[in-house]
Amino acid sequence: MSSPYLSVKDMTMAYGDFIIQRDLNFTINRGDIFVIMGGSGCGKSTLLMHLIGLHRPLVGDVFYGKESLWQADYKTRKSLLRRTGVLFQSGALLSSMTLAENVALPLTEHTRLTAQHIRRLVSYKLALVGLAGFEDYYPAELSGGMQKRAGLARAMALDPEILFFDEPSAGLDPVSAKLLDDLIRSLRDHLGATIVIVTHELASIFAIGTYSVFLDMETKTMIASGPPKQLLAESNDPKVLRFLTRGASENSSISAIKNQRA
Amino acid sequence: MTIENRPANIIVNCNAPFLEIVIEGDWLLDVEIPNLELVLAKLSDGSEFKQVVFSTVSLGRWDSLLMTELIRLIAYSAEKGISVDIKTLPAGIQGLLSLVAAVPERAGDRRQTLHVSWLEIIGNCGLHLLNDVNALIMFVGNLTLSVTAFFRGKAHFRWIDLWRNIQDCGPSALPIITLISLLVGLILAFVGSVQLSLFGAQLYIADLVGLGMSREMGGLMTAVIMSGRTAAAYAAQLGTMQVNNEIDALEAMGFDPMEFLVLPRVLALIFVMPLLCLYADLMGVIGGALVTVNFFEVSLFEYLSRTVNAIHVTDLSVGIFKCAVFGILIALSGCMRGMQCGRSASEVGDATTSAVVTGIVFIVIADSLMTIICNRLGI
Repeated sequence: MSSPYLSVKDMTMAYGDFIIQRDLNFTINRGDIFVIMGGSGCGKSTLLMHLIGLHRPLVGDVFYGKESLWQADYKTRKSLLRRTGVLFQSGALLSSMTLAENVALPLTEHTRLTAQHIRRLVSYKLALVGLAGFEDYYPAELSGGMQKRAGLARAMALDPEILFFDEPSAGLDPVSAKLLDDLIRSLRDHLGATIVIVTHELASIFAIGTYSVFLDMETKTMIASGPPKQLLAESNDPKVLRFLTRGASENSSISAIKNQRA
Repeated sequence: MTIENRPANIIVNCNAPFLEIVIEGDWLLDVEIPNLELVLAKLSDGSEFKQVVFSTVSLGRWDSLLMTELIRLIAYSAEKGISVDIKTLPAGIQGLLSLVAAVPERAGDRRQTLHVSWLEIIGNCGLHLLNDVNALIMFVGNLTLSVTAFFRGKAHFRWIDLWRNIQDCGPSALPIITLISLLVGLILAFVGSVQLSLFGAQLYIADLVGLGMSREMGGLMTAVIMSGRTAAAYAAQLGTMQVNNEIDALEAMGFDPMEFLVLPRVLALIFVMPLLCLYADLMGVIGGALVTVNFFEVSLFEYLSRTVNAIHVTDLSVGIFKCAVFGILIALSGCMRGMQCGRSASEVGDATTSAVVTGIVFIVIADSLMTIICNRLGI
C-alpha cells in the first residue's frame, strides 16, 4: 500500500527572485491523504501549483513515480498530468457552462467516448458528489458548497490517480466542511486514489490527514513532517505546536509561567 | 510500465430464478467495452428471473465506466421489478454505489428544457427592451441626482479618481485619435478632390475638409473611438467590481456608487471629449493639407488661409457641443452596462460588448437628431 507515488526533491520555489520556500523534500505514498499545512501566505498554494505543473520550480524537481515532471518534455508532462485532478479554492467552474458541460469538458477532450457514455459518466460523477439532477444548472445558481462539490466532480472526471485540493473547506460551514471531508475520505477508500490537500483547517487536518508537512514562512522551508496527530503529540517546535493548537500552547505556557510566579 | 489490457467482457448465465452476470477483464475509459443491450434484453423478456447476481472473479482493473454501466443495469432491473444482489460485487464498487445513492435526486431539482415558441422569443425581446428603457431612465435619473449633489458640493467621491479618469480617457487616447483623424482628413481631401479638380477648384478642398471635420467627422470619429476604448473599459471595470462584491462593499460603507464610481467617470468624459474633438479637428485639417499641398498644386499658406476663412466659430462650437453630448452618452452606456453586470466572468464580457454597441447606437442616433435640428435652425 505504501509505495511512493509523488516525491519532491530539493525543490526551491520563487516568484522572480523572491524565494517562497526552499529545500523541500517529501514523498507522498499511494493511498495517502497528504496535508500541506502552514500559516497564510507561507506558500502552500504555490507548492500545489508546482506539483500540478503550473509553475516551474527554481531548483529541484517533482517526480510522479520515477518520472520527472520538469525534466520531461511537454508531451510527457501532459500525459503525467492527465493522471491528476485538481479542485481549486472556489471550484473554478467555467461560469458560462452548465455543470454537465463543465464535467464533460475533460472527457470530450481526452477520451473517445460517445456522447451517450459521457452523459452517463457525468450523471454518475455528479451523483457521487451528491449533486444528482443538477446537470443543467449554471455554477452561479449554486451555493458555495455545491460549487465546490461540482468542482470535485470535474476534477474526478478522468478517474485521476491523484487528487489535489486547494483549501477545500474554506468558506464552508462546519457541517458542509465535515461532509466534504467524509466525501474525500470515502473517495480515497473506494477509488483507491491518492489525495493531497492544502489547508489550514485544523479540524479536517486531524480528521482525515494521514501524513503532513508544515511549511514555515519565516525560515522559508518545511520544519516538520509526519502524521498530524503524531506531530501534535511529539513535536517540540513551538511554531508547529502553536499552529496545531490554535495558539493555545502559547497561552498555556504564559499561564504556566504565571502559575509558577504566583 | 504499461500493463496490457485484457478485453472487457460480460457473460449472462440464465439460472432461473437467478440471472448471473459475469464481468471479466479490464473496464477502463479508453478501451472498447461490450454492449450492455444484450443483458438488458435478457432482463426485459424473461420474467422468470427474480434476482440478479454478479460474478467478478476475473474482473481486472476498472474505473468509472464500469460504474456507469452497473448503475444503468441496476436502474433497469429496479424498473422491471427484479432485485439486484449488490453484495456479490467487490467492496470498492459497493462503497461507490452507496455513495451515489447517499444523496438521492430530489424531485423538482432537474431542469425541464421547455420548447420555446418564436412568439415567446419575440415577446421576451420586447420585455427585455422595455426593461432596458426603464433601467436607462432610472440610471439617468440617479445620475442627475448625483450631478446636482456635485454642483451643490455634496457629492462624495475622491478627486484623485476624477484626475485618474481624465488621464485615462484624455492624454492616453491621443495617439489613436491622431492616427484616425489624420487619415479621415486625408480621405476627405481625396474624396473631395475627385469632384473639385473637375472645375479646377482644388483650393476648395480646404473648405470641404475644414467644415467636414469641424462640424461632423472630428466629433463623430472621436466618439466612436472613445466608445470602443473608454465605454468598454468602464463597463469592464465596473462589471468586475460587481463580480467581486466591491460595489456592495462601497454601499455598505455608506457610499453611493453612483457618486463614487459613476460621477467621476462621466465628468471626466464630459470634460475631455470637447478637447479631444478640437484636437481631432486640427489633425484632420493637417491630414487634408498633406494631400492638397502634395498632390494638387496648392501652397500650404493658401490652404491654411482658406481653412481659416471657411471655418466659423459656429461650426467649431457645433462640433464641440455634439462631442460633449457624445461624451455623456458614452459614459452613460459604459457605466450603465457595468453597473447592471451580473456576477460571473461571462457576464462581464456581455456587459462590455453591450456597452460598446449601446454607445455607438446612441451616438449615431444623437448625431442624426442634432444634424437635422441644426439644419432646420439654419445653424
